[in-house]
Amino acid sequence: MTAELPPGLALQKVDERIMTLNVGPQHPGSGHMRIVVQIDGDYIVACDPDPGYVHRGEEKMAEYRNYITNIPHLERPVIHDSCNVLYPYVLGAEEILGIEVPERAKYVRVIASELNRCIYTQYWLAIYGIFLGHSTMFMWPAGDRELLIDLMEKMSGARVTHAHFVPGGVRNDLPANFEDACLRQVNYFEKRIKEYAAVFYDNPILISRTKDTGVLSKQDAIRLGTTGSVLRASGVDYDLRIKEPYDVYEELDVHTNVMKEGDSYARSKVPWLDMMESCNIIRQALQKMPKSGSVRTKLKPNPKTKGPETVYKRVESGRGSLGCYIVSDGKTEPYRVKMSVGSFRNLIALPYLLKGEKLGNMPSVYWSLNYWPVEADR
Amino acid sequence: MSVLAPKFKLSEFIKSLFDNAFWALLLVSLVGLPLIQVVLFYIEMPVINGELLTPFLALTWLADPSRSLPIVKAFMATDMFRVMVFPGFGFAALLAAGTIFVERKMLAKLQLRVGPFYCGKIEGILQLAGDGLKLISKEIIIPAKADKPIFWAAPVIFVATAAAFVALIPVAPGGWVVADVDLGLLGVFAIIGFFPIITILSAWSANSKFPFIGGIRALFQMVSFEIPLILSLLGVVIVTGTLNLSEISASQSFFPWIVFLPVGAIVFFITMLAELERIPFDLPEAESEIVAGWLTEFSGMMYGLVQLGTYLKLYAFAALFVVLFLGGWNGPMIVPPFPEEILTEGIVLGPVTAKFPGLPLFDQAMLNGTLWFVIKTVGVIFFILLPRGVFPRIRIDMLLSLGWTKLIGLAFVNIFIALGLLYAGVLGPGGLQ
Repeated sequence: MTAELPPGLALQKVDERIMTLNVGPQHPGSGHMRIVVQIDGDYIVACDPDPGYVHRGEEKMAEYRNYITNIPHLERPVIHDSCNVLYPYVLGAEEILGIEVPERAKYVRVIASELNRCIYTQYWLAIYGIFLGHSTMFMWPAGDRELLIDLMEKMSGARVTHAHFVPGGVRNDLPANFEDACLRQVNYFEKRIKEYAAVFYDNPILISRTKDTGVLSKQDAIRLGTTGSVLRASGVDYDLRIKEPYDVYEELDVHTNVMKEGDSYARSKVPWLDMMESCNIIRQALQKMPKSGSVRTKLKPNPKTKGPETVYKRVESGRGSLGCYIVSDGKTEPYRVKMSVGSFRNLIALPYLLKGEKLGNMPSVYWSLNYWPVEADR
Repeated sequence: MSVLAPKFKLSEFIKSLFDNAFWALLLVSLVGLPLIQVVLFYIEMPVINGELLTPFLALTWLADPSRSLPIVKAFMATDMFRVMVFPGFGFAALLAAGTIFVERKMLAKLQLRVGPFYCGKIEGILQLAGDGLKLISKEIIIPAKADKPIFWAAPVIFVATAAAFVALIPVAPGGWVVADVDLGLLGVFAIIGFFPIITILSAWSANSKFPFIGGIRALFQMVSFEIPLILSLLGVVIVTGTLNLSEISASQSFFPWIVFLPVGAIVFFITMLAELERIPFDLPEAESEIVAGWLTEFSGMMYGLVQLGTYLKLYAFAALFVVLFLGGWNGPMIVPPFPEEILTEGIVLGPVTAKFPGLPLFDQAMLNGTLWFVIKTVGVIFFILLPRGVFPRIRIDMLLSLGWTKLIGLAFVNIFIALGLLYAGVLGPGGLQ
């Protein structure tokens, strides 16, 4: 019994004042991960996020399937944002397979991608509401999501995991009268989300709770490598839809929402403003879209690539820039698929932000980082 | 052979029915009837037709129905009725159950959903009964390192304390209160001061981290809000000059004290929300931070008991607000008087005339007072429930600064208003009363 334990297994000596809390994986405020928090009274002295509980080996699985059969499983990391998760892979596969995408399909992709961004953000916002103890803010976004989910169901046939984007375009053409229904529901959706301001964003208790908590300065946001809404909330105007436009984004008038504060409140408000911008983009795309034409360049069942090649494509997803690196060795299956996700980049900021915060601020700071545990684990 | 129950045999099923009937009869005759007799011994029996009804003759109402109402009336005069049925535990539990139903449905309407819907066919009215049955049937799990006697005792003491609070509330004129204490308000302060002790005991005895943090938070919250709570009620004591809750109720027959002491009412309402651990002050049960706070390790009916105690406490606080600030049972007479002809002539049903000796069971003033009390209490409960749909949870440092600076200051302002009204001669002897 007295044998010396190997390093790492020995009990760690800590100050008696410090209490270690395992927030997760079985904790209502953690998601599919664990945050080891050390607290001194009500203050957090150290925080160690521990992702990896839902690792499913998506990247390895992609090496055993060809470019078409990879589609349904690669969208699994974020099923609420499945079009955006698939987008960089599809763009890369198109380059490797050497196919052109019809103009109408590009617009359909933009519409589907923006609808999915709103669906994801609504889900994220619902959880942000319940993390702050605001149950109405849990129910309203979860209910208003249904408007857009119905649209996606009309478009692709599936409510959540659409598998709609394929190399060469999209799987199906839009149904009849989709444009009218889309315009009507998106307008109503925008009217609804503007009402959230009265109950949530202008709420004095919410403002006093989240203002000046977890402040991420502009320099630190760049240094830590955060992306997406976290970066924009810290005052960095960076959006891949503008900086590196893909498909037809350069023909559309896209604005980004930037806030200078860099606190939890700004990080929770930027995605909400982005949803209104998405509604604008959808309206523009519906107007400029060619009214008829093909939406898919047909491929052979087991398409061959041109030869050994590597591509890296990235898009702006609901959680920030989402990149996909595909290495092809000329066979029908990719040699390697690597996804670089925004969630994991944003999680790096968590220990930095939580140090010195109060325990009561942990949920709001954690979830304001726009983190999706399943995506980080892939 | 049936697919659903492959071992079903009709003969065994009939035999089991007979077995159950046998045991039911045996238990009723050996336990039930003696129990009823024991209860009857404690009741002061009425005089019927010039002879005193003894407990041995109590069941004669089965043969002579005209004796049933006097027996009921005699039972209603006992202390047991007051403690168990009205205005004690049964009445409070009924209102608490109504509160839970209203809370669920109202919050659902606020959040664009339907709420409980299927259980009980009509708007999910039996959902609470279903939840209660589920909690009773669940296994009670005690943490291995818990301090077991205290951990077991905590929910029971919690309900008992909440029920003691209920006992001090006067509901209707004519002595309809379980404990008519002269120092009733002092008793209320004592009971409110007892809740943090139960909370910290149960939290500490669970020997787990999240309940411990939740218990400490509850202790901070309750202790720091107790002081503004007590101070805010002193204004009412100053203008009425009594601590007896029945007398405070009776003193508001012309106008409720909220007219003169609105600041005190606001301070009391806010501290009430904090004492009840309701949103936006539900930090001791903050789900996203500390799971369920000090309730984390409770399971099965232990959790159910704590919930029962919480809602009894909610009713008691709302009733206290009504008694102190909204005039208690006072209100215009809206209950019609009991029809005289039923007393004198009975109800004529064709050839038969049914007479009801012993009516009326309650006098008009008591029914009217109860009605007004219930209406006001339900209104206050509604406003206690409403913030849950509108506000997020606040943080512990904001809570403490609110309690120790702003609310205490406002409570002193209220006391000065009360003193000013008294010395200016607006209230008190020679004043508006």
